[in-house]
Amino acid sequence: MSITHDFIQEKLNNQFGDKILNWEESYGMLSATIQHDHNLKVLTFLHDEPSLGFQFLTDITGVHYPERKGEEIAVVYHVHNLKENVRLRLKIFVPIEKPDVYTATGLFSGANWMERETYDFFGVNFIGHPDLRRVLNVDEMDYFPLRKEYPLEDQTRIDKDDEMFGR
Amino acid sequence: MARPVRFNLIEKSSADRGINQVQLPEGHMGEGFFATSLDKVVGLARKNSMWPLPFATSCCGIEFMATMGSHYDLSRFGSERVGFSPRQCDLLMVMGTIAKKMGPVLRQVYLQMAEPRWVIAVGACASSGGIFDTYSVLQGIDQIIPVDVYVPGCPPRPEAIIDGVLKIQDLVQDESLRRRNGDQYKALLEGYGIQ
Repeated sequence: MSITHDFIQEKLNNQFGDKILNWEESYGMLSATIQHDHNLKVLTFLHDEPSLGFQFLTDITGVHYPERKGEEIAVVYHVHNLKENVRLRLKIFVPIEKPDVYTATGLFSGANWMERETYDFFGVNFIGHPDLRRVLNVDEMDYFPLRKEYPLEDQTRIDKDDEMFGR
Repeated sequence: MARPVRFNLIEKSSADRGINQVQLPEGHMGEGFFATSLDKVVGLARKNSMWPLPFATSCCGIEFMATMGSHYDLSRFGSERVGFSPRQCDLLMVMGTIAKKMGPVLRQVYLQMAEPRWVIAVGACASSGGIFDTYSVLQGIDQIIPVDVYVPGCPPRPEAIIDGVLKIQDLVQDESLRRRNGDQYKALLEGYGIQ
């Protein structure tokens, strides 16, 4: 593996310095936490830099951490280098009152539906997205289901006993 | 100790070479003619040639594929020709989880079917939402369309699906020709918002 984790860390630290807030390595995958307004810059650098070449976007997803006040919603990008078979995780944290994130659609076309899904379930507003609307839920839904304050179960059922079914 | 037999109750005589034949309805048999009521003849004809529309969404659809295969043949009972056009089918078999986003689609398919039409909900998800008690799954298709027979199971065995189809056949045989024009049926459809 010619791209090691140290090599990636060195290149990113040299380029972005204090914009990278945290490095972690879990189960063999390197993970970087970035300042939220620099997500597109970091993604573009990883994409275009010839020695790095992370040109495949594997996934964009969101996580809601209600106890992290001021930065409740995390948006997680997984990018992959197909030549070297190396994957990198990038996390950004945005506050829940103003969950604005720059879209990666210009760089990766696959980001289109993945960002729509993240909007659908967490309410993250992707700035510059060509068509930000719900993709997996019904269009008339007025809340963001995967946020922690909403229950999983369908609330219209009257026949299921709450204590027995653990609601 | 063997369980009491619920199926295969009609004794096959050796004269028929062990082949099960359709039972004749009651009527007056004469030399070259057979007189019976129209209800019975139409019911007999309809029940033995039900054309199903398999609305197979998930795992129950695979069980349906097994049911249509040669081992648990469903076409023995007349459902040889499955059609995917609602205009041409009698029986809507909803097999699988129906999400809330799929609900209007299922309703459209049901509305496009011509009378007389029957609906069978195969599996736990179609009957009541099944194991998926969640914000995105429709908790039973009877919230949007009227259902005639529910087949429980997750997934139901092919024998159970065949049992469900046989119960639909019992319903078809005994259905009055005037049922679809009657007030009770109209009230049922009004309850679902279908004209």
